[in-house]
Amino acid sequence: MNTSHSFDGQFEFKGRAKTWSLIMILVGVVGLLAGFLTGNGERTFADLLLNGYYISCVCICGIFFCAVQYVAQAGWSTAVLRVPQAFAKVLPYAGLILLAIIVAGLFLTHQGPNEEGKITELPYLYKLWALKGVTLKGNENYDAIITAKSGYLNKTFFLTRLVIYLGSYALIGRMLVKYSQNEDDLGGMFNYNKSFKMSVLFLLIFGFTVPLFAFDTIMSLEAHWFSTMFGWYNFAALWVSGLSVITLSLILLRKAGYMQWVTDDHLHNLGQLMFGFSVFWTYLWFAQFLLTWYANIPEESAYFYRRWEPQFKPWFWLNIVINFLAPLLTLMSRDSKRKVAVLQVACVILICGHWLDYWQMIMPGTIGVSGGTEWYNILSPIDIAVFVGFAGLFVLMFGTALSKFKSLIPKKHPLLEESLHHHI
Amino acid sequence: MSTTKYILGLFADPDELMHGIDTLQKNSVPIYDVYTPMPIHGIEKKLGIKDSRLGYAAFMFGCLGGTTIFSMAYFMLVQDWPMNIGGKPAFAVPDFVPITFEWTVLFTAFGMVLTFFYATHLFPGRTPRVMELRATDDRFVIAIDAKGNIPHEDITNLLKESGAVEVKHNDRKYVSYE
Repeated sequence: MNTSHSFDGQFEFKGRAKTWSLIMILVGVVGLLAGFLTGNGERTFADLLLNGYYISCVCICGIFFCAVQYVAQAGWSTAVLRVPQAFAKVLPYAGLILLAIIVAGLFLTHQGPNEEGKITELPYLYKLWALKGVTLKGNENYDAIITAKSGYLNKTFFLTRLVIYLGSYALIGRMLVKYSQNEDDLGGMFNYNKSFKMSVLFLLIFGFTVPLFAFDTIMSLEAHWFSTMFGWYNFAALWVSGLSVITLSLILLRKAGYMQWVTDDHLHNLGQLMFGFSVFWTYLWFAQFLLTWYANIPEESAYFYRRWEPQFKPWFWLNIVINFLAPLLTLMSRDSKRKVAVLQVACVILICGHWLDYWQMIMPGTIGVSGGTEWYNILSPIDIAVFVGFAGLFVLMFGTALSKFKSLIPKKHPLLEESLHHHI
Repeated sequence: MSTTKYILGLFADPDELMHGIDTLQKNSVPIYDVYTPMPIHGIEKKLGIKDSRLGYAAFMFGCLGGTTIFSMAYFMLVQDWPMNIGGKPAFAVPDFVPITFEWTVLFTAFGMVLTFFYATHLFPGRTPRVMELRATDDRFVIAIDAKGNIPHEDITNLLKESGAVEVKHNDRKYVSYE
């Protein structure tokens, strides 16, 4: 086995990768302009929220991945650790983008029907609880259920919470990256031990706040409804989609001639995680569905009722096929996880699949059935253009962050040798 | 004619064992089997052992378990004695999913254990067949079928040269029939 790699090579973000990311961003900008200029403001804001949430979740997943590896004192992952660390470096920007989208969506308004069908001033996002007068008795927008929840669900506390979640994740992510870079210069166990403690702290904070993060950002779009499974269901989506982006990045970097120390064994491990947590995602999806279906309480069933409208139903089922059956069948056998071409296809399927997953969490509660007459036109080209744009934005930010690392591997990590000789 | 059935080379270290395998293969001496007290990475590939087919058995047992309970639930709750539970239809597929999942896992787990016992002759109550007891403790053992592999002296020398701490010429295959 050849282990005499040079660890000093830096990633250069240029050429086709950079050009393509800029073209993709251009597609996204065109999509946004088309959305706002054709009077689809609400849909465009829903798309912005979807993709802002998606890239933030992928970045958070990078920190979560690093933290799990440190807490488990895992050796195998050392060779791939720079990629999730680069995600962690992107989180401050992704988080700011998400916050900007949410602030704009809360405070910009347009004319539209409220819950009673009366035309009124609605905010672009969170129209159910953020519209004016929703808590004032006698107001035309008054809503008793929202009023009862308004101690938690009000603009000030909502934005404070989001800043706390994203701020604490980004801060800890930054510390983990800093420790790892210090370790490159100094060596020894000092920084590793500090990373371990910081990772424990992160997992503690993350475990308690990530369901709330999903409740606030996504579930409050349909604030009359609630599900205690929703937080973990979103966490599973975050973890699977993040792992897919990590794996795809590694495959593409390896093809471009970087990180030659990443072997099929490392990719096999990541493939196993993708496979296993796709099943975990399905488990949580089904746990939420079965209990709602079985109890059949109107206020709970409302969520699935909206997703079973004829426009959304085909997408609802496609979501299960693409996020459960596809990874189950493509990644089950050992050989398929070790064939880079198969793994790459599975990554792309899961990345698009979880976009669709988020899409059908968000769209029925925002634009609803008024967004299209048939299942094939409820998903508009604007949605896809914005997704492409944000993918390009993510590639640009990730590539720039990765190119700032002096070395593409934590070269003085205490478990480096174990990772280079990883064999399963 | 010698009564030796098997020649065993005992090594104290896994690296020396791997070296011993290399030496024997270079000299075209067929290896019957290798016994080690712990798993050694890469040894299957070196010995040319085929991938385990346990996964296929597991898959088949899983399919069997899922089909069994799904048909059973269908017969009981739809065919034989349909009941009105919460106004749901008799053939309520979401209700069948948890038990189908459980039986799939159960059959897979038991099926794999049984397959493993069958393939390795490890039935409860049966004395395990061991060629060298210290292979379960601190020795890494290469076994060579003595029949046809002559001269035995040369094999002994090859094993000794490549670092074997002891070479045994056994008249019986197993030391633990009783």
